[in-house]
Amino acid sequence: MAWYAGRRLLQLIPVFFGATFLIYFMVFALPGDPVAALYGDKQPSPEVIAQVRAQFNLDKPFIVQYLIWIGHVFQGNLGTTYSGIPVIDQLKQAFPITFRLSMLALLFEAVAGILVGLVSGLRRGRIFDNSALVVSLLLISVPTFVIGFLLQYFFGVKWGLFATTVSAAASWRELALPAIVLATVSFAYIVRLTRSSVAETMNADFVRTATAKGLKRREVIYVHILRNSLVPVVTYLGVDIGSLMVGAIVTEGIFNIQGVGGTVYRAIQLGQGPTVVSFVAVMVIIFMLANLLVDLLYALLDPRIRYAK
Amino acid sequence: MKITGKRLRPLFGAIAIVGAASVVLAGCSSSSSTSPTKSAAAGDKTAIISTNGSEPQNPLIPSNTTETGGGKIVTSIFEGLVSYDAKGGTVNEVAKSIKSTDQQNWDITLNSGWKFTDGTAVTAESFTKAWNWAAQFSNAQSGGYFYSNFKGFSATKDSDLDLTVVSPTEFKVALSAPQADFPLSLGYSAFYPLPDSFYKDTKAFGEDPIGNGPYKLANATAWTHNTGINLVTNSDYQGKRKPVNGGLNIKFYTTTEAAYADVQSGNLDILDAVPAADFANYKSDFPNTNANQAAAIFQSMTIPGYLAHFKEDKEGKLRRQAISLAINRAQVTKVIFQGTRTPAKDFTSPTIDGYSANVKGSDVLDYNKKEAKKLWAEADAISPYTGTFTISYNADGDHKTWVDAVANSISNTLGIKAQGKSYPIFSALLADESAHKMTGAFRSGWQADYPSLYDFLAPLYGTGQGSNYGQYSSKEFDDYMTEGSAKSTVAEANKVYQKAQALLFKDLPAIPLWYSNVTGVWSTKVNNVQFGWDSVPLYYEVSKN
Repeated sequence: MAWYAGRRLLQLIPVFFGATFLIYFMVFALPGDPVAALYGDKQPSPEVIAQVRAQFNLDKPFIVQYLIWIGHVFQGNLGTTYSGIPVIDQLKQAFPITFRLSMLALLFEAVAGILVGLVSGLRRGRIFDNSALVVSLLLISVPTFVIGFLLQYFFGVKWGLFATTVSAAASWRELALPAIVLATVSFAYIVRLTRSSVAETMNADFVRTATAKGLKRREVIYVHILRNSLVPVVTYLGVDIGSLMVGAIVTEGIFNIQGVGGTVYRAIQLGQGPTVVSFVAVMVIIFMLANLLVDLLYALLDPRIRYAK
Repeated sequence: MKITGKRLRPLFGAIAIVGAASVVLAGCSSSSSTSPTKSAAAGDKTAIISTNGSEPQNPLIPSNTTETGGGKIVTSIFEGLVSYDAKGGTVNEVAKSIKSTDQQNWDITLNSGWKFTDGTAVTAESFTKAWNWAAQFSNAQSGGYFYSNFKGFSATKDSDLDLTVVSPTEFKVALSAPQADFPLSLGYSAFYPLPDSFYKDTKAFGEDPIGNGPYKLANATAWTHNTGINLVTNSDYQGKRKPVNGGLNIKFYTTTEAAYADVQSGNLDILDAVPAADFANYKSDFPNTNANQAAAIFQSMTIPGYLAHFKEDKEGKLRRQAISLAINRAQVTKVIFQGTRTPAKDFTSPTIDGYSANVKGSDVLDYNKKEAKKLWAEADAISPYTGTFTISYNADGDHKTWVDAVANSISNTLGIKAQGKSYPIFSALLADESAHKMTGAFRSGWQADYPSLYDFLAPLYGTGQGSNYGQYSSKEFDDYMTEGSAKSTVAEANKVYQKAQALLFKDLPAIPLWYSNVTGVWSTKVNNVQFGWDSVPLYYEVSKN
């Protein structure tokens, strides 16, 4: 098991290089000149622009720029934005907030989603199941920003139950409403995933055997049905950690959260290569670690799945 | 002030770029009840006013702050030789007098007693050193172009300006050409004084600036990046913008929608940009606490002179006039912008001293189908037009709706094919504009740096000027600019600038569309909210119960 985890961690290295290289190339290929964008309609003399371009190595070929960036990364220097803010400071500010927001969303969608899905799966065709299906369909089809604006308006502006926007401190209380908004779509998927998985497992031979052995219903449900139904759900949750962090962009905009989404969006608009690539690199690592965690959880959930030699 | 900085404020949907507009989703907020305005009380002198803002693009060095996010902060913590009142008039601040006999050599005397918040005095050197630093080539300041008319300025290498310190309270400025409105420009941030501590560590200064303005940073870490900045009143302040409140909390928002929700729920006192999604309902949401007034922002459509059929000859002028006559400005501003734009009557802005709605030839801005068709046919008789008339815009600025409407108006009236052409981001559009590679008309706009007619005309239409992306060149126009600048008073100069505008109405290097309005809402907790000529509220006048 440890050997497996180690090997998976080693795979991070080529993925890191590949992903950052591709992203750097894509940012480089973006239309427009980031230095020109800094000045807007009133452009300084071409000489001034050339000077600033040289200062940020923008006058060099793409591959040289990338190598300079990666060289700096290994010296622990992520560079600065074209307006002089260290990228590392942006990372330190944005990631913790988005991380907490996504964890809260993940917790919400996992707990509520699995619970509703389980009950639905056990009582297929009944009122609870049918209404869960309708609600989840609704949540999947309504865009996040609509749900976001509606919840913000009613819970924040009209009834004053939650803060309308999130302050710099980003307390858990303030993050609750945005986390629910962020979790809605995945919540709906998890309900449906758990429901069908539970329904399928209920007909499995080992469940029939367990029931025939005279095990209590509670034991059958939690030990045999739920545990075996969770494999696809856990896979989904693992991938979702990454998507939540990236997908937070809309939610962060609505609730004015200074997280990863907004920072990357602004950086792309301004052609701020170092910021985009550094943020993406961290996200790649989070994706990989989340997937590793999922694979390790498999073995715990289902003893038939063995990776260790 | 360049207009693109505003692009950075919002994330999606209603991006508040100047000239931008959209009727995105109809706002989900219906009218909420607000308590009636209390009669203006004396107010709490220590109350902190909260308002919206956006993360400054650059460190807070005045000469490098040319966008609105940083501009709002810098004008609050610094005071220049003059400041501007609500109507755009200049008021002497640090300056006792600004005099010249030839409009080219200026003698500036200062009031004594002004101090920076670190206790050092504001002297003639505080200005001359700061100006020289701002104008240096190697410092690449975004406001550096403000010094291009100073004797000694070079855009390609480091060189010193011709500034002479006579005494600690007097200095002389030599310009390379007369400039009648020079005193008007001196309230702009590029001309603010800097204390000696600035030169020791410019980087640290940019994070924690020391000024001489009505407000100062609450402490060394008052600026939390991407989140906001806290300002408190400066008790040493000597000027006329004396605050009646205790300070400002400028909160940065990525979307104005979020800020709007915060004003609605009482978490924010003043918002100076209503999101497009709320245009329809902000008056009912804030019945007594809203504003919608024209601002110093001019929006136009430039047709570059290098396009076939649109050169500065008889055919080109006929076509330009026909297109201008084919645009129904009143309808577009009403339907698409819901009254938050004001149809243009000239090439400047109604908030500027010297503005006139009756410049000779301005009837070319009236919607006149018959005349438009006639002129277009006359042009066709010279050389027939084939192809598609395109209007380029940047898609990150919410221009699509009005561009489509204007294109429709043109094609319906003239019977030609007209359509929008989108560029993904502003800098991509700008790149093609600078390279003179445009294949049709393109959106253009201008926000004045200081309240002067000259600032709306010379930089945009003067031969070879940096922002003259349409490559307009007219000796007559250039001569008017020179002539006006040599006049001894601004009023005299303005008369000449109106002649220049009459010329522009004949040549139409750009087709005026409308002026952007400033739309604001505020909570009933604050009183006396007034918007300045530059669309920023006069924060020092705002009191809170």
